Amino acid sequence: MENVITLLIGLPFVVALLLAFVTSDKVRGKIVYLGGLVLLILSVAAAVIWFGSRQTVTFDLPASEVLNYLVLGGDFFLMFLVIWLSVKHHKTIISVLSIVQTLMVAWVELFGPEVAESHHMRVDWLTIIMLLIIGIIGVLIGVYAVGYMRGYHMHHKEVGDRRRFFFAMIFVFYGAMYGLVTSMNILWLDFFWETTSVCSFLLIGYTQTQEAVNNSFRALWMNLLGGLGIAIAIVYAACMQHTVNLYDIIDNGVLVALGADPGNLLPIAMLAFAALTKSAQMPFSSWLLGAMVAPTPSSALLHSATIVKAGVYMLIRISVAMSGNSVGEMVYLIGGFTFFVGSLLAIAQSDGKKVLAYSTISNLGLITACAGMGKQETVWAALFLILFHAVSKSVLFQCVGAIENATGSRDIEDMQGLATRLPKLALVLLIGIAGMFLAPFGMLISKWAALKAFVDVKSTIMVLFIVFGSATTVFYWTKWMAKILGFNEKRENDVTQRSEYASLFFHAASIILLCLFFPAISYFMIEPLTKELFGTSVTVITEGNMVVMIIMAVAIFIVPLLIYAVTRQRKKYDVIAYMGGINVGDNKSFIDSFGEEMELHVSNWYMEEWLGEKKLMLPSIILGTLIIIVFLGVVLGGAIR
Amino acid sequence: MIEITYFMQRVIAGILFVLAAPLIGGLLEGIDRKISARMQGRKGPSILQPFYDVAKLVKKQLLAVNNLQLLLVTSYFLFMVFTGALFFSGCDILMCFFAMSTASMFLLLASTSTHSPYSTMGSHRELIQIMSYEPMVLLTAVGFYLASDSFKVYEIVQSDRPTILFAPGFFLGFVFILTIKFRKSPFDLSTSHHAHQEVVKGVTTEMVGLQYALTELAEWYENVFLLGVVGLFFVSSNPWSYLAAVIAIAVVYFIEILIDNVSARVKWQLMLKMAWGMTLITGGLNLFILDLIR
Repeated sequence: MENVITLLIGLPFVVALLLAFVTSDKVRGKIVYLGGLVLLILSVAAAVIWFGSRQTVTFDLPASEVLNYLVLGGDFFLMFLVIWLSVKHHKTIISVLSIVQTLMVAWVELFGPEVAESHHMRVDWLTIIMLLIIGIIGVLIGVYAVGYMRGYHMHHKEVGDRRRFFFAMIFVFYGAMYGLVTSMNILWLDFFWETTSVCSFLLIGYTQTQEAVNNSFRALWMNLLGGLGIAIAIVYAACMQHTVNLYDIIDNGVLVALGADPGNLLPIAMLAFAALTKSAQMPFSSWLLGAMVAPTPSSALLHSATIVKAGVYMLIRISVAMSGNSVGEMVYLIGGFTFFVGSLLAIAQSDGKKVLAYSTISNLGLITACAGMGKQETVWAALFLILFHAVSKSVLFQCVGAIENATGSRDIEDMQGLATRLPKLALVLLIGIAGMFLAPFGMLISKWAALKAFVDVKSTIMVLFIVFGSATTVFYWTKWMAKILGFNEKRENDVTQRSEYASLFFHAASIILLCLFFPAISYFMIEPLTKELFGTSVTVITEGNMVVMIIMAVAIFIVPLLIYAVTRQRKKYDVIAYMGGINVGDNKSFIDSFGEEMELHVSNWYMEEWLGEKKLMLPSIILGTLIIIVFLGVVLGGAIR
Repeated sequence: MIEITYFMQRVIAGILFVLAAPLIGGLLEGIDRKISARMQGRKGPSILQPFYDVAKLVKKQLLAVNNLQLLLVTSYFLFMVFTGALFFSGCDILMCFFAMSTASMFLLLASTSTHSPYSTMGSHRELIQIMSYEPMVLLTAVGFYLASDSFKVYEIVQSDRPTILFAPGFFLGFVFILTIKFRKSPFDLSTSHHAHQEVVKGVTTEMVGLQYALTELAEWYENVFLLGVVGLFFVSSNPWSYLAAVIAIAVVYFIEILIDNVSARVKWQLMLKMAWGMTLITGGLNLFILDLIR
């Protein structure tokens, strides 16, 4: 196991270095495929080894002492990089955030108090699941990116070709994510955390347009603010608890409920705060929206398998320590609120990627809420949400990207009748959307479990957030689906490359398999995981419900398949639609009041004046900030007292 | 052994629903038409008229604006039958509601797949309707859970006291959104049983013959299921409670008909505000109070 993990962390950095020097597009493609394949195999291998023993292992990487200094050096490297870039773009103030936290961490490392010796790495159930998500979903996005970026640079001549840098960054990202989920030493975790922050900043700024630069800096300062939280947690833990082991910090947090010093909650609150920024919860949602300016693969990577998942990974890690205290309250209130507001905001958007971005925020809100509740059932639900969200969102982004390459637009209004125009892409898109909200899929199972748990803990406001949030979620997904299944006679030339389809179909198949085999996944993976976190075993969903879900799943898959069969044949339509007798003779146009032919457009509802960003964004940010300030104040008060 | 007989009972109840629901649903609609007619000073059609209508629709020539539509309508129908069967066989009530929203989604897709301006407009209004009633529907499930500690219908019917004692607010809220679900005025925005003006027949504008027959049937199934939920509020382990449930259903149904006949259609903004407002006031308040005293 040790060797596999070492390779998983080390190899991506090596490949990244290699990619940074390769100029030939073909060679680069091969390296990405090969590197991705190796990572995938290694991730699966780690899981296989794990299933052999199922014993949590802690260990050190070879030459741990040297690596300690390397990590410290890395911290400083990131700091100088941030300083250089922020001075270059006249945003010097942002570098202060980086300098402060790097110096704090360096102080602990070099001059800090004596801390208890412990291993640096740890592998357990949660780690394995995260490894699989990164290794499968993340890597496939890389595969997809090879074909996509070729098309991208053919369409966007104005954007400088920086693909060497792009793919290098993607691999650095993999490495950092692997490191993040396996680190036990919080100093290391902090380094990997910062690496993902800086990486996402660099990826968002890919096109170097003014908008991209602005958005990337917004992502940077918000993530650095979160990083500052981790730095505070490190200093507190080192000085007051004499440990830099994440798991000791969590255990100390759990002890608060048994009467230990309430100050132990402070590092937990800080870690939770960092996680909230990383997973783009409400006051910090705007950075993830801004991330859309980047080419699609990086949005897919940011939204599905990596950075936002780093945030929720952290929340689930510390969920035991958040159960029933003010940190947990902060987290689940923010999460529930974000779930509701995110889905409201998604209704008013017509840009496909923007809808996806808001839905990510909203969905992560639900995951956050579940983790913040810190009950076994909710963590179970959160994990299923993570799995389904990672796969579905990744395929949705890739699909929208492919549609944009083929039709030149990613606006939902332009996707009218996609089922006949680009049947293969439409099918994948439909499966992806279904995975996000339809009845037998993960989202609903998890909502079921979450609702039950929130009722059980008597949290009126959270129950209301969930029921209202569910209603609004249905709205924006259904209207998108309706658009795709609509009528259109236009034909499109599908320019999607084979590597892209490989990734798309793999994802679509995974969604279906996840859906059909979810009882097995629950039994063999998620339940042991929650048992490991909480110590007791509990079956969240009953057998009867599982049977019901599977019947629905089977029923619902037959339908799109039939749809596909029907759209392929495309028989002649027997009658034309009713238009008050003013049809021109087909379903496309009608006679207007001037007696002239006019093309008919049907459009979705967006309710901009009710739910637009202008109306809702600012109040939400204010409310979110208030919640965080109030609850951090409570925790801080407890710590000082 | 007892478990097996119990399981068989549940299966039989489910099958009974599938067989009997269209009859009951059709009769209910017949009664509805009759009462409405009397309220308006007309004689009204025979109580069996809905059956004649559907029989005639089935016999009609199969026309389609889009081949997809029949498929989606069939899915709508099947999921609606499934929803009710789940409920009457005593399964999880939250699952029933989830299945119901999936069914409504299929109706919506069927309607927009035609590219008809009227049905598209209708389906967007339908979406707003779904968004208006969905929170209360989910809260209703929560209400049952709070009253009897279980989402499972077969456990709810065995509780010592009927749900209504704990959840009168949830009941009121549910009856309120029932007007939307029954497509009754003032909330018959997306389609209506009466002649519509500006959206023609809304969601069902482009449905003819078999397709329209299927939506009618699906609606009957849905109505029986929803009235079943109304009845569930009154059911407990006491056999007499079933009588109370039937009376409650009759009263609620009559009130819905009365509301239909005395009110004018509202705009979607008002509907959304009213439905969400009622949800918060009735369901939300009831939930809050139960959370306090539990």
